[in-house]
Amino acid sequence: MKGLSRDRLWSIAVLLPSVVLLAVFVYGFIARTVYVSMTDWGNDPAQALAVNPIIRWVGFANYQELFTGFLQGRFRQELVSTIFFTLFFILGCLALGLGLALVLDRNPRGEGLWRTIFLFPMSLSFIVTGTIWRWMLQPQGGVNQFPQALGLPAGNFSWLSSTEGIWKFDWNALPLITASVVGLVLILLAVRAARAGDRTRAIVSGVCAALLLGWALLVGPNVRLLPAPELHGFNLALIGIIIAAVWQMSGYTMALYLAGLRGIPEELREAAKVDGASDFGMYRHVIFPLLAPITLSAMIILGHISLKIFDLVYAMAGPDNTYTSVPALNMYLTSFRQNQFALGAAIGTILLILVAFVIVPYLSSSFRSEEGHA
Amino acid sequence: MKRSSVKKALLIAAALTVTGTASAAGKLEIFSWWSGDEGPALEALVKLYKQKYPSVTVDNATVSGGAGTNAKAVLKTRMLGGTPPDSFQVHAGQELIGTWVVANRMEDLSSLFKSEGWNKVFPQDVITLLSAKGGIWSVPVNVHRSNVMWYNPAKLKAWGVTAPKTWAEFLTTCNTLKAKGVAAPLVVGENWTQQHLWESVMIGTLGPQGWQNLWSGKTKFTDPKVVQGFTTFGKVMDCANKDASGLSWQQASDRIADGTSAFNIMGDWAAGYFTTTKKLQPNAGFGWAASPGTNGTFVMLADSFGLPKGAKDRAESLNWLRLLGSKQGQDAFNPLKGSIAARTDSDLSKYNTYSRSAAADWKRNKIVGSMVHGAVAPESFTSAFGAIIDQFVASKNAQGAAAAAQQLATRAGIGQ
Repeated sequence: MKGLSRDRLWSIAVLLPSVVLLAVFVYGFIARTVYVSMTDWGNDPAQALAVNPIIRWVGFANYQELFTGFLQGRFRQELVSTIFFTLFFILGCLALGLGLALVLDRNPRGEGLWRTIFLFPMSLSFIVTGTIWRWMLQPQGGVNQFPQALGLPAGNFSWLSSTEGIWKFDWNALPLITASVVGLVLILLAVRAARAGDRTRAIVSGVCAALLLGWALLVGPNVRLLPAPELHGFNLALIGIIIAAVWQMSGYTMALYLAGLRGIPEELREAAKVDGASDFGMYRHVIFPLLAPITLSAMIILGHISLKIFDLVYAMAGPDNTYTSVPALNMYLTSFRQNQFALGAAIGTILLILVAFVIVPYLSSSFRSEEGHA
Repeated sequence: MKRSSVKKALLIAAALTVTGTASAAGKLEIFSWWSGDEGPALEALVKLYKQKYPSVTVDNATVSGGAGTNAKAVLKTRMLGGTPPDSFQVHAGQELIGTWVVANRMEDLSSLFKSEGWNKVFPQDVITLLSAKGGIWSVPVNVHRSNVMWYNPAKLKAWGVTAPKTWAEFLTTCNTLKAKGVAAPLVVGENWTQQHLWESVMIGTLGPQGWQNLWSGKTKFTDPKVVQGFTTFGKVMDCANKDASGLSWQQASDRIADGTSAFNIMGDWAAGYFTTTKKLQPNAGFGWAASPGTNGTFVMLADSFGLPKGAKDRAESLNWLRLLGSKQGQDAFNPLKGSIAARTDSDLSKYNTYSRSAAADWKRNKIVGSMVHGAVAPESFTSAFGAIIDQFVASKNAQGAAAAAQQLATRAGIGQ
């Protein structure tokens, strides 16, 4: 604690350049983007690319436009698509990766070869994966022709060009749905807290839940974000893209799970066997709980990849297909084709917030555990 | 990691030397997206330029990528960074005017048009399309036609139908063909080809004058006639294939060649595709007509070059523009590109069968500009309009689509 020792000076000198670079090129530019998103830069075509554009502060008007503007239905569909995409992508990768890892954990013959084969797709770029899968998912060729090899009629699912959607809901009902879901979660928390004997926590959650649900019942149904109902759902054209993405990333989850499985001490398995656990019971009560941290970190990595996805969709379905579009694509088109820089920055900021939802809890928890160890 | 940063450093160094030497005299940098099939046509022009001005080094800065999507992004970076190319390619009309002219970054070329006598050799309708704010902003080097309906003559004969003359007739023909087991009488492709079709339906419904009023702001998109056009477009789309968004325009054209579908509305680059790539004979392997309701109307789009303010080699660039507008330049370029000359005095013996028929129409017809190819609407409109078309095709809500289009037009500054 003597202030600046030689070591300390050295460490500061070594770290300083990267801290400065990070401050400017990451946080500085994030701040700049957030600032731009609250201006009207580009809303007037005459000012968008002028030498000295007149840029006015408009507050949250661009965000309001994105969520309630008549013309921004495409963006809202993309938000919904992203949620569905993330959900199915993560579930698919986890399930397939775990399955492959469990099979490989049984030490099949040629395990090293299989591992390489399953891990190989990850070494490709999304553009390559996208191009290959676009060929395979041509409506009149590729996958749809497989049944013919077995003498069955060819499939006719239009993989990337379907315009149909399922599980549709009205965007106007979004506040209602959100309030109900959060309310139900709060009730669950309250019940758990009450069982654990934490009274203050139970009461706080219970009251919040009651307020939210009360709002949902009384005010929610009358909220109108848009003048007319606007249906959004899970577009079937996304299925092809989800398959390609799972194909690419499930090798990664397999590697994670395999490392986890190999890390479980043999004694634990033997102890379980001695206690009379069946194979299924051993997995259910011994192995899967030990894999939980791996599942969490896989979810974090996959989650932020899927929220930011751009290249795969661009390669597979092109930038102008609104049924497969994602916010990152829209951000690119809005900023660099329509020259609406402020609106594009707003979409970028929303993406950043979405990714932060996934990353920040993870960072803070790992931070906390590190401090705990120290 | 290391290797890529070395690469980056090299790229930056290379970029610096390029901009550094560009300031030396006797240089001309041409920025375009003509690579691949269109490369030889550009080469012919450059060769001609070198013959006339041997002391000038021509730097062909091509950024490949269909319809210039990549090139436009690079151009934006260069213009905003203060190092504009000496002359760059752009779709003639609002694509240039709505983006760069309104931002006050282009030079007015009116005096060049006057001194070269181009006001007489280019059709008046074209000069009007190139003009805004009291100036003329680019030199068109070629012309393509957007409102062409392609068909397979042998197949039409076998089905016992003829190419329809109006959209009402088209819908009847469509029903006849459906009854004969043709699942999709019309073939469309990805989003922009649907906008392309919309354009032809709209002009066929509104007529050329009505179409021009739409873009000058005299007619609103919410006008009953425009809504009617949307409704017709919806019915026409009911005749089309369901896997549209996965098809490129070439794949859509293939379905005409192999007879899966009867009709396709596409620009006349399809003629080049049919003859050069598919080796089909005009009028035998493929046939064409003006799209329904647009006989006597030539919906044009053109590639053109403009002169950005602050271009380093302004004199060389002006010479380049002079060459582009000249008869010699246009007749060197267009037969290779598969387009026709924007001048009305071109040497038709150099062109193929289709181009000759198009050139004849070019001289006689009423000329209007294409929306999807940037002649009458700025990019900010066209790019966002795609989402409206997608929504309309799903919902078939003509009123809603028209209202959305009107909002978009107001935002893009159309009719102001």
